[in-house]
Amino acid sequence: MSTQDFLRRLPSMGQGFGRRDRFQQRFHVDLLLILLLLLTAVFGLVVLYSASGQSMPNVQRQAVYFVIALGTMLTVAQIPVHVMRRFAIWFYLGTVLVLVLVLLVGVGAKGAQRWLSIGGFRFQPSELMKLAMPLAIAAYLSQRMLPPVFKHVLWSLVLVVIPTLLIVRQPDLGTSILVASSGLVVLFFAGLRWRYIVGAFFALLASVWPLWQFVLQDYQKRRVITLFDPEQDRLGAGWNIIQSKTAIGSGGTSGKGWLQGTQSQLDFLPEGHTDFVVAVLAEEFGLYGILVLLGLYTLIIMRGMLIALRSQDSFGRLVAASITFTFFVYIFVNVGMVAGLLPVVGVPLPLISQGGTAIISIMAGFGILMAIATERRRVTR
Amino acid sequence: MSEARRFKDHHREERIFLSRLIVVAVLVALMMGVLVMRYYGLQVTHHQVYATQSDRNRVHLQPIPPTRGLIYDRNGVLLADNRPSYTLSVVRERVGDLEATLELLQRLVDVTPSDIDRFYDQLHQRRRPFEAIPLRYRLNEKEIARLAVNEYRLDGVEVDAQLVRHYPYGKLFAHTVGYVGRISEQDVARFDEDDFKRYSGTHSIGKIGLERQYERILLGQVGHQNVETNARGRVLRVLDRTPPVPGQDLVLHMDIRLQEVATEAMAGRRGAVVALDVKTGGVLAAVSVPSYDPNLFVTGISFTDYNALNTSLDIPLFNRFIQGQYPAGSTLKPIIGLAGLHHEIVDTDHWVRDPGYYRLPGDDRLYRDWRRRGHGPRVDMKQAMVESCDVYYYDLAHRMGVDLMHEFGARFGLGARTGIDIPTERAGIWPSRDWKRRARGLPWFPGDNLNMAIGQGDVLTTPLQLAVSTAALATRGVRLRPQVVQSVGEVPQLAQVDDVVTLKDEHWDFMFDAMADVVHGTRGTAQGIRRGLDYRIAGKTGTAQVVAIPQGEEYDSEALLERHRDHALFVAFAPEDNPQIAVAVIVENAESGAGVAAPVARKIFDAHLRERYLGADSGGQP
Repeated sequence: MSTQDFLRRLPSMGQGFGRRDRFQQRFHVDLLLILLLLLTAVFGLVVLYSASGQSMPNVQRQAVYFVIALGTMLTVAQIPVHVMRRFAIWFYLGTVLVLVLVLLVGVGAKGAQRWLSIGGFRFQPSELMKLAMPLAIAAYLSQRMLPPVFKHVLWSLVLVVIPTLLIVRQPDLGTSILVASSGLVVLFFAGLRWRYIVGAFFALLASVWPLWQFVLQDYQKRRVITLFDPEQDRLGAGWNIIQSKTAIGSGGTSGKGWLQGTQSQLDFLPEGHTDFVVAVLAEEFGLYGILVLLGLYTLIIMRGMLIALRSQDSFGRLVAASITFTFFVYIFVNVGMVAGLLPVVGVPLPLISQGGTAIISIMAGFGILMAIATERRRVTR
Repeated sequence: MSEARRFKDHHREERIFLSRLIVVAVLVALMMGVLVMRYYGLQVTHHQVYATQSDRNRVHLQPIPPTRGLIYDRNGVLLADNRPSYTLSVVRERVGDLEATLELLQRLVDVTPSDIDRFYDQLHQRRRPFEAIPLRYRLNEKEIARLAVNEYRLDGVEVDAQLVRHYPYGKLFAHTVGYVGRISEQDVARFDEDDFKRYSGTHSIGKIGLERQYERILLGQVGHQNVETNARGRVLRVLDRTPPVPGQDLVLHMDIRLQEVATEAMAGRRGAVVALDVKTGGVLAAVSVPSYDPNLFVTGISFTDYNALNTSLDIPLFNRFIQGQYPAGSTLKPIIGLAGLHHEIVDTDHWVRDPGYYRLPGDDRLYRDWRRRGHGPRVDMKQAMVESCDVYYYDLAHRMGVDLMHEFGARFGLGARTGIDIPTERAGIWPSRDWKRRARGLPWFPGDNLNMAIGQGDVLTTPLQLAVSTAALATRGVRLRPQVVQSVGEVPQLAQVDDVVTLKDEHWDFMFDAMADVVHGTRGTAQGIRRGLDYRIAGKTGTAQVVAIPQGEEYDSEALLERHRDHALFVAFAPEDNPQIAVAVIVENAESGAGVAAPVARKIFDAHLRERYLGADSGGQP
């Protein structure tokens, strides 16, 4: 009714495409979303080829990851939404359990313990939490009166805080931020009252000091300090930021050209193929390249929001909106940190940074989005 | 569950969600805007700043050290060359923890504490950033392999092939060619701005000998290249290059065969030999024995090695032929004799009675002849030369006086640096009234004349001075500046005349004849070397009393006794009728100039003349 009314006001995105619509419904896909994701991923592979020192094997491996991620997405898309809702809390609890396991028997790298090794296959359970969190909170809240009352907000916060702390302990600041935001944003979309939000904001400010003092690891503190004063340690902690800013700035409007980025090709840029890949892009394709990338992302986000808007019930809306927003947080944190706007917290650039786990979890998220988008409409409300 | 649903207000939920979605959409739009602004700021507003920074980042100006000029003897034999050697060096700026890296290097290769000390010394000297500082030279294959395997944990550590100076003949030319060594703090203290540029990339500098004298010429000009490097300093690409100009080569007058003959002839004794080409002033041979291996100094001598050289009783580091100042003994008699003839104090018929001593008028003191019973009742100048009669010369000196002797001797180069192209030469002492007042605070006594005439007392000469003055005799008065270097690059160095002493021909003839009789006459003091001579040698023997032991230290008594013996001297030129080569020989504590020093000269004459000028039998090399 009112949803339908709203949609009628957006004619091009309406339901006037009978045959394609039926196809999408049947196979639980969203062709526009897939097209945008494909475009972004291909762009990513092109940048990655340059960023990895023109290593074809690297690109091939990443392409394989993307195909696996695509498969994962399509598989997830087939799961009926009501099944997701029913099993959300179990999925969540199971993931929390695995996170505890990581802390106990996890595999470490660079002073952090993030990985679980099962039969030679290493995976990062915190990635699962990026999906489990919004599903669980949405499932919880969608069964309550909305906007949520204080008690339900509190319970939701407990659901958010437990895995977040587990991930902070690994320690993995970047992922914990993403996980927490994917849960909190559900609360926000559910209609969390503004007074809570404002209150929480001030509470957060007040908690900065104890957080700094007791929670953050030295390397995390160094990263924050480095952000505000990268010159302080030019060859150490500040190196990454100085070099990535130099890469970005020297790219100029139209860039130095593909494979021509001296900062990246000459190894000045650390992590050029993972977290700092956007600096390579900015160096070689310039501001135009950045605009294209951000444009693609914006289209994906708009598509996600539309799916959320069109969803038939609160659960679908909340989950879709949360996944979409988390996707945006990914982008903002990564693109911001590479440009020296935000602390370097180790968030990959979605769909582009090299690495298997991240892209699979992101694409699985879009799978959920597609499941919601193509959920069979009930005739009546 | 169903109860909860019953109370849900779907429309309200949708409305709230929509409003929140709009808030988030605005937020997303704003934050995207912030990102775009940020990138716009970096890429457009401040593009120039970062573009410059990026260029500076990857482009480094690297000095390319020039190749040091080579040194050849007159036959084209290489005396100083450059050999590739693998050098381990460290770029401070690229090393994280320097101490840890040095420690690791010490475990991987043989690095001595003195290597480390030298490294730190050089590190603290002024240098350009990112310049590699050598830590160890001459890595062997095994060490190179070990470093290669550990490269991943040795950021900033480089192994590269550098050219390192090498002296193939080692000891043989140490005192002439000299050596290069690492640039020291003292060297740097003398540097001006241009020198810093000149030596960027070069780690060694001429320390002594020709290497020091001709440093500028041998060094060449530094080149530069702009290289693109990665963050770890590995050179990826050379952008542009100004090639270095290699140093110019030196060709010496020196003849390695003569040098070998002279060294061999010294037979392990201490002393010096100088052989000059009388036509050019070229130094054909210059020996100071014992010698040392200059290669030890090139990459830094170890403390033990240096200590051994420095404390040796035989002072091998001491360059005897330019720094050793010896009493000239009777070798000065030809010059004194010519002075007497020239100033008409005596003529060739003048004679004295030699009872074995001389007594100054009004003085009881006896000045003894070296031969106790004297040389006979009528000793003329020729006999006095041939038999080296002291009394004749006492008498001559007494009549002539110091002023004439000094002036005449000085024209033969006594008492002044010869100006040879090897640094650290000493001047010796050729006394005068002035000199004695200044140096001793005493007036000139008549007895001083007598000592001066027989090259004793205050007289000190370097072997080189003796050779130069002998060469000036051989050329009948043309004193040429001794030169070691014959040509620089392709440019010949011209002979330089320092003085021309004009005397009557009959005086020259007389003195040549007298000197020839020293060797060829039946009563000549050096007649022992005349056997088998097919050319004539004109010479003069000498014996110098050891007045003081040079640089006296704690000598054991046996060594002390040995070192109190007289020095044996011999100066000569040959062939007498067409002089080519002049030689001065001094053998420390060998007592007999005739018995020990003269044979050395004979061997040199043979080696030089038989082949080159007499064409005869020695037929070895072409």
